[in-house]
Amino acid sequence: MNEDAPTARFPGYDVLAKWDSPSFDGITRKTLAARLDDVPPRRWLTQDEWDLLDAINARLLPQPDRAQPIPITPWIDAMLHDDRGEGYRHPDMPPLRAAWRQGLAAVDDEARRLLDRPFVRLDADAQDAVLHALEGGRAVSPGWQGLDAQRFFIHHLLKTAAGFYYAHPLAWNEIGFGGPANPRGYVRLGFDSRDPWEAKEAR
Amino acid sequence: MREYDDDDAVDFVIVGAGAGGATLACKLAEAGFSVVVLEAGPFWRPLEDFASDEEAQQQLYWLEERLSGGTDALALGGNNSGWGVGGSTVHFSMISLRFRPEWFRSRSQLGYGFDWPITYDDLAPYYDEAERALAVSGPVRYPWGPPRRRYPYREHEMNAAGLVLARGADKMGIEWSAVPLATVSAPRGKSPPCVYRGFCNFGCATNAKQSALIVWIPRALAAGAEVRDLAMAGRIELGADGRAAGVHYRRNDAWRFQRARNVVVAGYAIETPRLLLNSACGRFPQGLANGSGLVGTHLTTHAGPGVWARFDEAIRWYKGPPNMAVCEHWNYTDAGKDFHGGYAFMSQGPLPRAWAQLLVTERHLWGMALRREMADYNHMAGLVAVAETEPRACNRVALADVRDRHGLPVAHVTFEYAANDRRMQDHARRFMGEMLAAAGGKDTWTSDDTSHILGTCRMGSDRETSVVDADGRSWDVDNLWICDGSLFPTAGGVNPSLTIQALACRMGARIQALAARGEL
Repeated sequence: MNEDAPTARFPGYDVLAKWDSPSFDGITRKTLAARLDDVPPRRWLTQDEWDLLDAINARLLPQPDRAQPIPITPWIDAMLHDDRGEGYRHPDMPPLRAAWRQGLAAVDDEARRLLDRPFVRLDADAQDAVLHALEGGRAVSPGWQGLDAQRFFIHHLLKTAAGFYYAHPLAWNEIGFGGPANPRGYVRLGFDSRDPWEAKEAR
Repeated sequence: MREYDDDDAVDFVIVGAGAGGATLACKLAEAGFSVVVLEAGPFWRPLEDFASDEEAQQQLYWLEERLSGGTDALALGGNNSGWGVGGSTVHFSMISLRFRPEWFRSRSQLGYGFDWPITYDDLAPYYDEAERALAVSGPVRYPWGPPRRRYPYREHEMNAAGLVLARGADKMGIEWSAVPLATVSAPRGKSPPCVYRGFCNFGCATNAKQSALIVWIPRALAAGAEVRDLAMAGRIELGADGRAAGVHYRRNDAWRFQRARNVVVAGYAIETPRLLLNSACGRFPQGLANGSGLVGTHLTTHAGPGVWARFDEAIRWYKGPPNMAVCEHWNYTDAGKDFHGGYAFMSQGPLPRAWAQLLVTERHLWGMALRREMADYNHMAGLVAVAETEPRACNRVALADVRDRHGLPVAHVTFEYAANDRRMQDHARRFMGEMLAAAGGKDTWTSDDTSHILGTCRMGSDRETSVVDADGRSWDVDNLWICDGSLFPTAGGVNPSLTIQALACRMGARIQALAARGEL
């Protein structure tokens, strides 16, 4: 897999530079301060589950370009601690917490069956091979009994991790998202038009 | 706010404070009736509660457990449900379109679905009323539908995402239009004009959006209605006389009972049938007011096939309302179709979290491939359809064995597309793909989704083939009413909220007329 991080498209852009500007209101500052400064401790996952999920997230959203990676695992743990789902589940899937507990154990068992080692002790390529097996519907572990491996990979692991990664201001910098804009909003809406408080693209 | 006791037998208790319930509460309170609205979620204060943040604002959705299965299982939650006063209008896209007149006679005039028990002409004055109440900002001349009065407010400046649709449509010689939107383009009362911050689907923090929370609820309160939030309705009580006596609801961990002379169910197309099914009793063992056996059946949705492409220009589709340009060509053109029914499609503006989740669920991108694809965020544009699906008995809401935190059986939703639904989506993907390419889009790809849930307690002309009559009144229990998207016999190819509000305005007028004749 190509490990190159995307080239910096919006060099120098920092959405948080607008913190004290008319683009950030009080409730947004409060919400983002919690995301940046109050990363929750482990409360629901076991230490082993946490380490495993952290290793999975490092493959789903690799961040070799960051000394301090965007945290994903702590927010999934918080979601499970609060038992906060999406408002529906497939009748074939267990409830939220049970699905995660069973699914994480099954990923680890999949790694042992494919490559004779726990997932966290595999190198990156081998970890990716395990995840590709899940994605491709080629999972073999009996741990998937009553839990669709591909659906767990896409709709639980991947969708959740991507949701938390792209809810972080560092990710907004990376893609040039204008971010919060209340009450100032935006004025220039047309093709190739940019307000002064938006990211400038290197072209 | 005026408050009532549980033992006050109010004229109307309304379950649900969304597009249907809030609108009807306003109309009934202004007509002098005593009204209590029970709403499962909280009473939002947008300026204090709505962060400019996708993740935090998931709080606007109905996140309680539901089961969703079938061959084409529907995504619920954020796709199509609201939680709190204002319901899903708090996070809707503000698209305010009317039904095509022929859709009210879709069976007899177009050969599919079911006829409505009312005509377009019956509803037209209430479309006018709803558009004025929402101060809809729209174009001087809307290209489709019968002649109509001007929209109350001028159209918004088009963003680049909308200009993509316009450019493609112009190249193909197809009509397009600015979307009539329920967000103000100029000051109105306490609403400043829209500032194009783009978080419309996550709650408007300026009150420019003319949601039910901003428009109908303040009017209802001013007219003496009470809105009781965090009140989960569990069961409608049927009296010995065969009439509804009130609603059992749970608030602050205690079960309470609100007496009422009339009960209105306005919980949208999942919670409304769920409440009726959970209110089964000796006289109605299959669910309250379910003599027809139709409660929960014929669920329809809007299929949302999407097409996406990369553009050389910067689009920055996060700016402005998410859907600013529309094409209703295939709602009003019948020749040359290989399907019946219709679809509209609109320009798009997903925020980063939603866009990333679409990339992973549709294209299974992960790792650096996902990060690299996301880096093109500002150069993407797309079109997504609102495509009518066929009402069929097999698509339905039933009760599951699972119970929620109140001890109530949760809804089990089953859905599968008909062959016609699939042909329509294939057609939409082809046509929208052509338009994006004509606009200069590259590397086009497609996606699947759905939005809106409709039709599980349909209105009709006789008790054998419908749950309620043209006034939303139950055939079986004459002081029980339904007022929400459950009423729709067919889904039409446009977003439903304006039609729900027009129906509620009409119901308000009809109830007043019936009361004046002593027929409540």
